[in-house]
Amino acid sequence: MKFDEWNQFNEGDWQEEINVRDFIQKNYTPYEGDDSFLEGITDKTKKLWDEVLELYKKEKESEGGVLDIDTKTVSTISAHDAGYIDKDLEDIVGLQTDKPLKRAIMPFGGIRIVEKSCESYGRQVDPQIDEIFHKYRKTHNDGVFSVYTPDIRAARSSHLITGLPDGYGRGRIIGDYRRVALYGVDVLIEEKKNELDEIDVDCFTENVIRQREEISEQIDALNELKVMASKYGFDISKPAKDSKEAVQWLYFGYLAAIKDQNGAAMSIGRTSTFLDIYFERDLKNGKITEQEVQEIVDHFVMKLRLVRFLRTPEYNELFSGDPVWVTESIGGMGIDGRTLVTKNSFRVLHTLENLGPAPEPNLTVLWSTRLPEGFKRYTTKLSIKTSSIQYENDDVMRITLGDDYGIACCVSPMKIGKQMQFFGARANLAKTLLYAINGGRDEKTGKQITPKYEPITSEYLNYDEVVEKFDQMMDYVAKIYIKALNAIHYMHDKYSYEAIEMALHDREILQTMACGIAGLSVVADSLSAIKYAKVKVIRDETGLAIDYQIEGDFPKFGNDDDRVDQIAVDIVRTFMKKLKKHQTYKNSKHTLSILTITSNVVYGKATGNTPDGRRAGAPFGPGANPLHGRDTNGALAVMNSIAKLPFDSAEDGISYTFSITPNTLGKDEESKISNLVNMLDGFFAQTGHHINVNVFDRSLLEDAMEHPEKYPQLTIRVSGYAVNFVKLTREQQLDVINRTIHERI
Amino acid sequence: MKEKVDLNYYAKVHSTETFGTVDGPGIRFVLFLQGCHLNCKYCHNRDTWDMAGGEYKSLEEIYEKILRYKNYILPSGGGVTITGGEPLLQVKFLIELFSKLKNAGIHTCIDTSGMVSITDDIKKVLKLTDLVLLDIKHIDDKKCKELTGFSNKKELEFARYLSDNNIHMWIRQVLVPGITDDKEDLKKLKEFISTLKTVDKVEILPYHSAGKYKWEELGVKYEFENIRDATEEDVQLAKKILEIN
Repeated sequence: MKFDEWNQFNEGDWQEEINVRDFIQKNYTPYEGDDSFLEGITDKTKKLWDEVLELYKKEKESEGGVLDIDTKTVSTISAHDAGYIDKDLEDIVGLQTDKPLKRAIMPFGGIRIVEKSCESYGRQVDPQIDEIFHKYRKTHNDGVFSVYTPDIRAARSSHLITGLPDGYGRGRIIGDYRRVALYGVDVLIEEKKNELDEIDVDCFTENVIRQREEISEQIDALNELKVMASKYGFDISKPAKDSKEAVQWLYFGYLAAIKDQNGAAMSIGRTSTFLDIYFERDLKNGKITEQEVQEIVDHFVMKLRLVRFLRTPEYNELFSGDPVWVTESIGGMGIDGRTLVTKNSFRVLHTLENLGPAPEPNLTVLWSTRLPEGFKRYTTKLSIKTSSIQYENDDVMRITLGDDYGIACCVSPMKIGKQMQFFGARANLAKTLLYAINGGRDEKTGKQITPKYEPITSEYLNYDEVVEKFDQMMDYVAKIYIKALNAIHYMHDKYSYEAIEMALHDREILQTMACGIAGLSVVADSLSAIKYAKVKVIRDETGLAIDYQIEGDFPKFGNDDDRVDQIAVDIVRTFMKKLKKHQTYKNSKHTLSILTITSNVVYGKATGNTPDGRRAGAPFGPGANPLHGRDTNGALAVMNSIAKLPFDSAEDGISYTFSITPNTLGKDEESKISNLVNMLDGFFAQTGHHINVNVFDRSLLEDAMEHPEKYPQLTIRVSGYAVNFVKLTREQQLDVINRTIHERI
Repeated sequence: MKEKVDLNYYAKVHSTETFGTVDGPGIRFVLFLQGCHLNCKYCHNRDTWDMAGGEYKSLEEIYEKILRYKNYILPSGGGVTITGGEPLLQVKFLIELFSKLKNAGIHTCIDTSGMVSITDDIKKVLKLTDLVLLDIKHIDDKKCKELTGFSNKKELEFARYLSDNNIHMWIRQVLVPGITDDKEDLKKLKEFISTLKTVDKVEILPYHSAGKYKWEELGVKYEFENIRDATEEDVQLAKKILEIN
């Protein structure tokens, strides 16, 4: 392949095949300096951003926080006309619908959800669309429920397994949007046609037929992508010729994905360093100034801040704050030892200063102890200032994922364009433990949910007996869980296939079945209480265990105490092994995450009293966090406990949300930064996987609860993502405030 | 148990903080020892006074625990800080612990009032101490007695001993409005400090009432009920007098 647009780029395999990584490696310029080169906000950006802020305000005042819905157009890649915030001011263009913050309907996932969402915000889906999707077109949601078995339904409605993507888009697939910029769409279509040839084989099996159908859909989607771009006046069939086009082409690729899919998490990948190559070329040629570069980046990020999906209020209760997880992974080290930090890594983070803090895009720093010092200091400085950044362990992930992976959603790493996952929400292990004690009866309703197991009848819980029964119950949960996920992903592929995202992948990719667990620290503490203290069972007249009395003290997760931490490690390993026993859809690889996002509140609400003394309905700790207030040895003890959890048994990520008051971090600005850098270095050296860093005073949050109007941009990190604090439900706000905020007196 | 404990190898511990950032340089493992003989009216760790409180922990256990934080402590230029309570009341244990820490290359620090007699054991432990955070309670002897129940004679001698024996220290002054912020007193403090050779830093710690609840929990009257927290302005003023920034 040869294009004029590639002039001055170093040659490589990337010209012979689709290989973005090779292009990056041959062409990027590592940056080891500090943040002094960065430029502030331009007048044009300021004006545009002010218009967006005004729109945000209107959105917040609208019913349910939804500004507008296009109820008449079934969203596809090219269904909507071009839309603008303020056409003359925008460096980068493209909106999901014809107006900013106007939400689209995507009924292929499920028509009822769309109807319900519209109704919740005072609107009605167009009757014709209703008719089509009720009468003539089956959806993902219909498909799943047509095959669900009674045991799956029972586990689902009792909240043993929850948050399943059976009524909403699964998301967590990252298209390699960079390919659009580097190759242009025509090359990508050609490549897909070649792939069709590759599987023009004699043995025409179901698998081959399905693949051919999928690739055909991918080609259609790529053609549609060109149509969509042409509505904005761009021909993206050829490669991007300069940096502005590179950003625009890449964004169009992403925009197609978010017009096509209302996925739970729609992450953008790892784009900063790729784009830096284009910026560097233009800067070197004197075609652009640093200020202009920053302006393009600001405008790009502004677009990412405008991504919206139509969701039900129930969904918001689980994952509130309107998250879309436009996760952008920044930094990291290359396998050749050079850092992948470029000037553009700084620029993307700098948008937090130019535009102010924001939850989206979900800025994720891939941390290595070997990252350049200047970059470490800049990211931590911004964390202290904005609480908007999360960090993940590049040194751990690089081993299995190489140096061109990105994070989907919160903590799920995947090789860009070479790997995707089947998102599987999570199983409630705390409830699983209670079912083990009650022989499969629900502790709240008394209903038999699982087949009848022998309940525990003794007055005091015996550790060995509980562990044995818990083990059996985990067997059962793992089985039902994989059954449900297989059904979901079979149907998602069939009725709501992510053609454009998959068009930006290789043909042969690694697929993972991404399971998850909630309530880890509750279970670990419960087993610890049973082992090291005495736990007396309180039963109702039907013999159902409904409460527990603890006599004596016991070690609690989050204090770097091996006696209980090892229990947590064992649970993760054991549950992973149990999942592996079950055949998965498309032979995907089993993985596990310890991540709850904000659903720790809802899961806790659905779970009765637990043997660790947690009261019925009280929230779990988020992700892998200890239960609120149980960690009494300071932040590093918590980190050490969490770092013990084995990444090789939880490759889909282990989330830790950390909050600290500014004064506890250090006495002055300088030492705060140093302390945070050293803390992160230490945590990741101990093989911790992920950490959200929040730096604020509790009083600030309390004030924001009372006077939300004063804090429109107050951003905090919750498990794996960031939210506008004022957009959380009151319950979730209280949960955040009640969490351990490390402080000293 | 109480009678049989070998005080060389066991300490009465109040609590531990694994991420200490304000008691000495870098990231520090902070060990709060139980027991204090002073009666400082503003104490924010009132619950550490009682010698009968706390829990015995073995040298091995504490040492092993500290080592778990090496990945944070060493790269940050941090170390271990012993505070309390008055750590020097458990001097025999500190000698053993610090010997081990020095062997492991870990920076050692003691946060003390210095209101102890300089015994051979104290001398021994100071030899193993990289930094002393010396909390001068009050430069005026009479006011010191009022505030703490003790004369400041010993702590000033302690400071002199550190200086004479080339042991580094940070001088700390808790700034309590109306109690320790008298201009003349601060000037006197500055004069005293200027006679010491090994002072690396002088810190003003603004008084705050956040520790009051601990007194209330113990059912003890908090005499500083009516004293306000020190403000940033107070601190700047004191710093100006002490000529520090």
